[in-house]
Amino acid sequence: MARSASPPQSFIIETQHLSKIYHMDGVQTVALSDVSIIVKRGEFVAIMGPSGSGKSTLMHILGALDQPTTGTYILDGENVEKLSDDQLADIRNHKIGFIFQAYNLLPRTTALKNVMVPMVYAGVPKEERLATATKYLQMVGLGDRLDHTSNQLSGGQQQRVAIARALVLSPALLLADEPTGNIATNQAEEIMAIFQKLNAEGHTIVMITHEPDIAEHAQRIIHIRDGKIVNDSSDHSQRLIKLPKSK
Amino acid sequence: MNFLELFLESLTTLTVNKLRTGLAMLGIVIGIGSVIALVSLGQASQQAIQDRIQSLGANLLTVEPGAQRTGAVRGAAGGDTSLTNADAQAIASSPQVTTIKAVSPEYSRRSQVTTGGANTNTQVIGVTDTYPEVHKVTLSSGSFISQRDVDGLTKVAVVGPQVVSDLFGNGANPIGQTLRISGQTFTIIGETVSKGGSGFLNQDDIIYIPLTTAQKQLFGANYLTSIALEANSESVMTAAQNQVGYLLLARHKFNDPTQADFSILSQQDILNTVSSTTSTFTALLSGIAAISLLVGGIGIMNIMLVTVTERTREIGLRKALGAKKRIITAQFLTESMILTFTGGIIGVVLGIVASYIISRVNNSLFVISPSSVLLAFVVSAGVGVLFGWYPARRAAGLQPIEALRYE
Repeated sequence: MARSASPPQSFIIETQHLSKIYHMDGVQTVALSDVSIIVKRGEFVAIMGPSGSGKSTLMHILGALDQPTTGTYILDGENVEKLSDDQLADIRNHKIGFIFQAYNLLPRTTALKNVMVPMVYAGVPKEERLATATKYLQMVGLGDRLDHTSNQLSGGQQQRVAIARALVLSPALLLADEPTGNIATNQAEEIMAIFQKLNAEGHTIVMITHEPDIAEHAQRIIHIRDGKIVNDSSDHSQRLIKLPKSK
Repeated sequence: MNFLELFLESLTTLTVNKLRTGLAMLGIVIGIGSVIALVSLGQASQQAIQDRIQSLGANLLTVEPGAQRTGAVRGAAGGDTSLTNADAQAIASSPQVTTIKAVSPEYSRRSQVTTGGANTNTQVIGVTDTYPEVHKVTLSSGSFISQRDVDGLTKVAVVGPQVVSDLFGNGANPIGQTLRISGQTFTIIGETVSKGGSGFLNQDDIIYIPLTTAQKQLFGANYLTSIALEANSESVMTAAQNQVGYLLLARHKFNDPTQADFSILSQQDILNTVSSTTSTFTALLSGIAAISLLVGGIGIMNIMLVTVTERTREIGLRKALGAKKRIITAQFLTESMILTFTGGIIGVVLGIVASYIISRVNNSLFVISPSSVLLAFVVSAGVGVLFGWYPARRAAGLQPIEALRYE
């Protein structure tokens, strides 16, 4: 499947025939097989699937946290295959903003310091770090909680700190893994509102979820089951169709 | 990420769990503290022994009769009767001997000493008026044996403070009192100032009497047990040893120095022998302390490994956010180095305090060598790197997904 019609820079994610096979105690487990996805700049994509469907594996590969067994992955014009651990760390630092289900803030550390972590690793000067972190924390509505430590914040607030942290280096891709999984419903709506606002501002978002009403907020939903894409639709009318659809 | 940031961040992490940080440091504190204290103890005793040997007299050469000396090792000396008063006179008057300032012929023997009520066994030594100069003996009261006493074979004695307290009680004034040596009565004319020391080096448990009295009236001997010589300066010690050696070889009619019936021992020889013994002792003590430092280092490694396991999620997150291996390694190494370095500083302080207390309790010297303090710092930082390296590499090698999944 040649997908070279569009200029590469307009694609944030371009994967071809990704597969991931785990070998454990001599048993082969196919976590992903032949996954080809293109995500264009400015898209808001939800990846849905039941647990064990391979969506976490896909997210790890898309997040440059893991390498595929076969297939290619081009992230924002950069081929992520065969990079060293340190090169992958750079890619994650500059091109990807992670938002995790468990927030993953540093414990006993202020919101400001948490948000500054990626900039520390990127070598941003201290004054600039402080200004940028403050700006993004104000943007997610936490301007009055800069010096609160993570354990002094509610789940929704912690996730907003994590969003600010994901944004500070202006990454090409925001990668969210069940971002509302640990959050009360009303706060989840706030988080989704932020996502939609970011998307409207031009951010590319890929969100993994198993909740249909959360996936609703995306423009496009990719269903994945048993390591394969079973439905990829940017058409709202097809959203609730659960049946596998051949391509 | 510059070093200051790394340092401040590590400091923050370490202060979160104060009890554990304290316990991890304790091993290093004890290790470094005992190195400092034991090295100080060793050096203090070495210094004390050297001072004591030097207090026997400056630039001192001792001629002893009998067995040959080969290097620093001697056979049993002093059994012979080859040294005579004439030898001492010859050394003092010979034009060949230009480097000797003073000559002190001596006849020394242990003897039972009694007074009316008390008795003691002590060193009785027949001397001339040159003895105080050669051996740096000073009097606290009275006067020393004079040339006239030697010429006149008088029965006078100068006593050390130990003898005074043994025979007359502490603080008694012995001048004018009498004591009996081998049944002969001596009048005490002086008391020496305490020099300290113990065993064969005890300079306080001595009775000085005129040489001639000792030889002719008391012990019936016509020879000397030793001739002590004071050289003009430290730089001529070897020359003095040679000049006196050749003179005595000629007088005793020996051609081959290895056959000589006397030996000349310089104070430096004694110092060297004793120093090598005490430095072995110091090395032994330091070795024991080094073992405790090693155990402390293993304690640090243990704590760091626990920390790495405990912070697996944090490490995974940091890697996901772009931390490279080198930064994770540096972070954990910095933590372990702060642990050991702070432990080292506390250890140095405690070690100095401990050696000060020991020196006060033992009434001994208080010696802290800057080199041992410096070494302690270097070693403690080194221990941090050495034992922090493996845990740090382990942390840096964690795969971010594994680490993020870790509960």
